[in-house]
Amino acid sequence: MDRFRMIFQYFQSNSESVMNGICGLLALASVKMYTSFDFNCPCLPKYNMAYGLGIMCLPPMALFLCGLILNRQSLVMLEEWKRPTGGRKKDLAIIRYMCSSIMQRAMIAPVIWIIVTLLDGKCFVCAFSGSIDPEKFVGFANITPTQTQLLLSKVPCKDDELMKNNPARKAISRYLKCWSQGLGWSVLLILIVVAFLARSLRPCFNQAAFLQTRYWSNYIDIEQKIFDETCCEHARDFAHKCILHFFESMQQEIKLRRFNAPMEEVDRGEGEEDHLRGITDQEQMNELLKSWYYSKPPLDVSQATQWQQSVGRERLSMPWADSLSNRGNAPQKAKTSRQTDV
Amino acid sequence: MRMDKFRMIFQFLQSNQESFMNGICGIMALASAQMYSAFDFNCPCLPSYNLVYGLGILFVPPWVLFLLGFVMNNNVSVLAEEWKRPTGMRQKDPAVLRYMFCSMAQRAMIAPAVWISVTLLDGKCFMCAFSTSVPVEKLGNGSYSGLSEKEMRRILARIPCEEIYNGRELVAREVAVRYLRCISQALGWSFVLLMTVLAFLVRALRPCFTQAAFLKSKYWSHYIDIERKLFDETCTEHAKTFAKVCIQQFFEAMNMHMGLGHTHSPEAAPSEVGEEKEKLLGITDQRTMNKLLKSWHKCKPPLSLHQEVLQNGNGWVEDNQHRNHIGLPKREIVTYYSKV
Repeated sequence: MDRFRMIFQYFQSNSESVMNGICGLLALASVKMYTSFDFNCPCLPKYNMAYGLGIMCLPPMALFLCGLILNRQSLVMLEEWKRPTGGRKKDLAIIRYMCSSIMQRAMIAPVIWIIVTLLDGKCFVCAFSGSIDPEKFVGFANITPTQTQLLLSKVPCKDDELMKNNPARKAISRYLKCWSQGLGWSVLLILIVVAFLARSLRPCFNQAAFLQTRYWSNYIDIEQKIFDETCCEHARDFAHKCILHFFESMQQEIKLRRFNAPMEEVDRGEGEEDHLRGITDQEQMNELLKSWYYSKPPLDVSQATQWQQSVGRERLSMPWADSLSNRGNAPQKAKTSRQTDV
Repeated sequence: MRMDKFRMIFQFLQSNQESFMNGICGIMALASAQMYSAFDFNCPCLPSYNLVYGLGILFVPPWVLFLLGFVMNNNVSVLAEEWKRPTGMRQKDPAVLRYMFCSMAQRAMIAPAVWISVTLLDGKCFMCAFSTSVPVEKLGNGSYSGLSEKEMRRILARIPCEEIYNGRELVAREVAVRYLRCISQALGWSFVLLMTVLAFLVRALRPCFTQAAFLKSKYWSHYIDIERKLFDETCTEHAKTFAKVCIQQFFEAMNMHMGLGHTHSPEAAPSEVGEEKEKLLGITDQRTMNKLLKSWHKCKPPLSLHQEVLQNGNGWVEDNQHRNHIGLPKREIVTYYSKV
């Protein structure tokens, strides 16, 4: 557990590490998905090509979109792209940088799927068994073209009666697999060469502008996160005050109703924390809960701060008189409404 | 105890780029061996394809692993940057660049060497590539007549594929396989020995040549690496502080803009109330908050912190001069600097 926590903390240390971590997880998921997928070539003349190419090309697209979705930075980039200019100019270089960084990370899992597919060979054999030249292999002389196509399309299926004992089946299978693996390794080599060149040649082009772009794109990311955190903290305090005020107004109402009953609660010392907030029996609590449901307090604590100062003095200001008189009517709309004007 | 050890190892590997690369290097060597055993070797058993396939599997993955070792090493961009930067006030030392390059290349070569050794020691690749070159006169029935050159090559090409081999009369398959495997394994062990001797020589003989200059290069190359890392960290810290102050000023500006005047706390406010209001940053109702959120989207604040905040002579102000500036109304600074 400790080990996981450390690894987790390492990846959380900055958002780039988080994205690298997600990227790696998607890549592993891609390999796992391929190995657990039960490949099932249809072995019919036209279906083979569609199935084989479909398995080779559709999951990568899904993985690519997954990579884009799971990356938090894509939202940040879209927001930066679409926002009105306002007081802050937009820098297209930043948007391009973020876009390229997102694309690079999102492309890793699809590329891994394609390469694993090619190196394994099943897909390729299934898709292209009908396209080879039967002259190269023994056992296809004196057969009509239609029959040839049928036999060729049965090559990927080992257990098919027509081709089970045909020596050409294994030869064709091996031939196609060899091409598939050759193609897979070539694709991998080309991609690695491109990645190497991109990595080593980048500092040769406009390094200063690159440093600036990187700093400001990092800044935008951090700013968004801190803004969200600030809003969360604010909402928490807002809610706290709102609810405190609600309890106090309940308390006040109860005091009003039985102003001649002994008030043990009032004599409590100032410094003591009163978690019961004056609600001390079942009836009061039920009243409070009903009121919370039918008539939530307005979203305005500016008066709450004034109210807090005058606690102890039994003074009611305007809004509370209204809500007191309407208490008990089912469901009442709150005074200052809950509609947003966004 | 085990966790402690693991944590120590983890921290040690993280301490600088070189140690980190040692870790990556080890992982890649293991991955290389694992990849070989997971790879489904599939000799085509056709005359000219065999050689291409066999040699391809022997040499292409090592290049891939070698370049991958470079790609994963952050020092590549540090090296390129150091090479291409304008001289400015800091001179460039080619010895440092050479040291960095050698150090990266040495580490990147381990995984390919592992792949080649494993491939040769296993033997399938070699057998596939050179099955057509088996000396039939020595191993089998050399005087088997009635076969053209092409036909013989075709039969020999099928040696790696057990189920279709049909040349029993020419040369027994087991004999050919054993012969090829023997040569392959001999080559494999020679390769391993050669690599080990080279590594030993490089390591043992280096102190004999310009040790002082070597120590200097090593130090300065570590320095460049650490300096870059610290610079990135400092930039991130700066961006965080910048963002915090920017957002705080945005809340305050919004507050002022709404003209609610909540920053002027009434007389005799108890300290508790003051603290709570501080946390609310003056935004105390729904309408204001909505306006704030809308304004955040439609009109983000300029990237230019107000002068009042930077009274203590922060040097970053110059960077922001080129950004737009909203002229905010002058206002009395009664407020609190909350520890957001």
